[in-house]
Amino acid sequence: MSITIYVPCDSSAVSLGADRVAKAIAQQAEQRGLAINLVRNGSRGMYWLETMVEVATDAGRIAYGPVQTSDVGSLFDADFINGGNHPLALGLTEELPYLKKQQRLTFARVGITNPICLDDYLAHDGYRGLTNALNMSQADIVKAVTDSGLRGRGGAAFPTGIKWNTVMNTHSEQKYIVCNADEGDSGTFSDRMVMESDPFVLIEGMTIAGIAVGATQGYIYLRVEYPHAHKALNAAIEKVNAAGYLGDNIQGSGKAFHLEVRLGAGAYVCGEETSLMESLEGKRGLVRFKPPLPAIKGLFGQPTVVNNVISLASVPIILDKGGDFYRDFGMGRSRGTLPLQLAGNLKHTGLVELAFGLTLRELLYDFGGGSATGKPIKAVQVGGPLGAYLPESQFDTPLDYEAFAAIWAVLGHGGVVAFDETVDMAVMAKYSMEFCAIESCGKCTPCRIGSTRGYELMDDIMQGRELDKNIPLLRSLCDTLLNGSLCALGGMTPYPVLSALNHFPEDFGIGQTNSTETNAA
Amino acid sequence: MTEASTTAHTVQDVITALKDKPGALLPILHGIQDALGYIPSDSVPVIAKALNLSRAEVHGVISFYHYFRDTPPGKHTIHVCRAESCQAMGSSELEIHVKNKLGIDYHETTTDGQFSLEPVYCLGNCACSPAIQIDKDFYGRVSNTCFDEIISELETSV
Repeated sequence: MSITIYVPCDSSAVSLGADRVAKAIAQQAEQRGLAINLVRNGSRGMYWLETMVEVATDAGRIAYGPVQTSDVGSLFDADFINGGNHPLALGLTEELPYLKKQQRLTFARVGITNPICLDDYLAHDGYRGLTNALNMSQADIVKAVTDSGLRGRGGAAFPTGIKWNTVMNTHSEQKYIVCNADEGDSGTFSDRMVMESDPFVLIEGMTIAGIAVGATQGYIYLRVEYPHAHKALNAAIEKVNAAGYLGDNIQGSGKAFHLEVRLGAGAYVCGEETSLMESLEGKRGLVRFKPPLPAIKGLFGQPTVVNNVISLASVPIILDKGGDFYRDFGMGRSRGTLPLQLAGNLKHTGLVELAFGLTLRELLYDFGGGSATGKPIKAVQVGGPLGAYLPESQFDTPLDYEAFAAIWAVLGHGGVVAFDETVDMAVMAKYSMEFCAIESCGKCTPCRIGSTRGYELMDDIMQGRELDKNIPLLRSLCDTLLNGSLCALGGMTPYPVLSALNHFPEDFGIGQTNSTETNAA
Repeated sequence: MTEASTTAHTVQDVITALKDKPGALLPILHGIQDALGYIPSDSVPVIAKALNLSRAEVHGVISFYHYFRDTPPGKHTIHVCRAESCQAMGSSELEIHVKNKLGIDYHETTTDGQFSLEPVYCLGNCACSPAIQIDKDFYGRVSNTCFDEIISELETSV
């Protein structure tokens, strides 16, 4: 009997040498005359252990990592293919505390299956949600999603069921499902992981969405920076088309849904839903005025559901196990689980899917293991480049949309970027303004001009010029951006800038400010 | 066939294959850049005509998106991530090192035509910061030394 060995094909694992490790394992096995079945699985999301090689044994999968090509010979010498002991042996994968403590619903298959093997997907509960949906009325599918309490995981946290309901009730010959896979938020990679490691679950979620609202065409708007995800999605779409899970007659139900991947071209603002639709229509990604809402007048002027990858990938399990099952996870109005992404200066970076409610401190230390450099963590940016910087005094905030909103911060797409004490927060605030200037679509004045003025102002502040005049000016400028911008790019750039100023005034060359008074800009 | 006519043929083939898609402009621009490495300025009127757009509209789209370029890139394009997670792991130092090593700034190409340098705002490789991309390949936890090794490997490879 041949032995199954898993080496991830996830792009982050590959960036650390997973392809070379896979090749070395295949070569060694051949030289030693051993029959092995080498599977390129997704990543389990424990990136400090990548390249993490797993071996299937009777007791379960045993992990070894981080493996370099130079370790491969000694792994074979140690009989790792039968679970032999080795300095890199980590024990049973499922028993690793980082993984064992998680509640993986959306990521149930990620890292376990071969991403583009449909049989593997089906063997791991794949397409059970769609099978149920095909036997339900449109209204019942939407109700299940509404009951689950699922809110948009892209960052805005709008209830997914309400959005679907609007599109379902808007009459039109043609409706669309658009997946926002323009995961431009720095410090986030959960969309990428789903698309690379379990593309079928996204496809299934979009198909269910199409059936629920009466849309027959779907588009995945994927950022061009994700070539591995592009390949995986296209391969998976081809497989499900051939197997009748997409097309004009899905599993003999008479229902139709077609899916195509479209690439973005390096514009952060295209992650904003109206800009994204402009881009899909072949135009500059200028933000549209709302209303009309995309649910009523969206892509090509038709009713359109625009959902984030994680929102759509969470739908199959909701339709499989029921809205109540999903809703039972979480706290307050934040129901279900959130895939958090630990990035930046942390010892144990990776993907942590958990029910809402854990504190940021537990996440940073119990999972993240503290800073990678061993120095104290000074600030944490949560929710991407438009998210606030949190100081140590706020680390006990529970991970919950409302709890974060209460301290003038955002949970967003669940990205957590930690900085050690060497960071200069004025530099980070200046970078936020620079980023906004580079990525502004240019449609509204506060964002287009305010970001450049903000960058110049930060330059003055960092040189210590006229602080008594320039600090109030910065606050006033942020107030304009916050209240006068058309979309979140200009409207939220003040979050990182002002939180840096309020929590770390010494980095701006001034004394303590009363942050409770100044939080509202 | 001359180089110019080959280019024109390539552009025409891409347009013919994709022009009937809804919202065809971005797929066409990607198709041309995939084939040629950039979008030649003389392809703009051809694209405009095929899609019934003005040249200004096509030019506007090309210039809006950071990814599209209207000049030929070097043999290898290096993208260095400038975003927060990479900054938290020392990308600012790496950035300086890369620019010094290549002797160019962002949006420039080395005089020998070997390398083009571009900034990128997140590669989604934030768990392995700092990250860079060279052509289609990703590299994580890139130190200055590690960057030098990658570059000399690329220089020696034919």
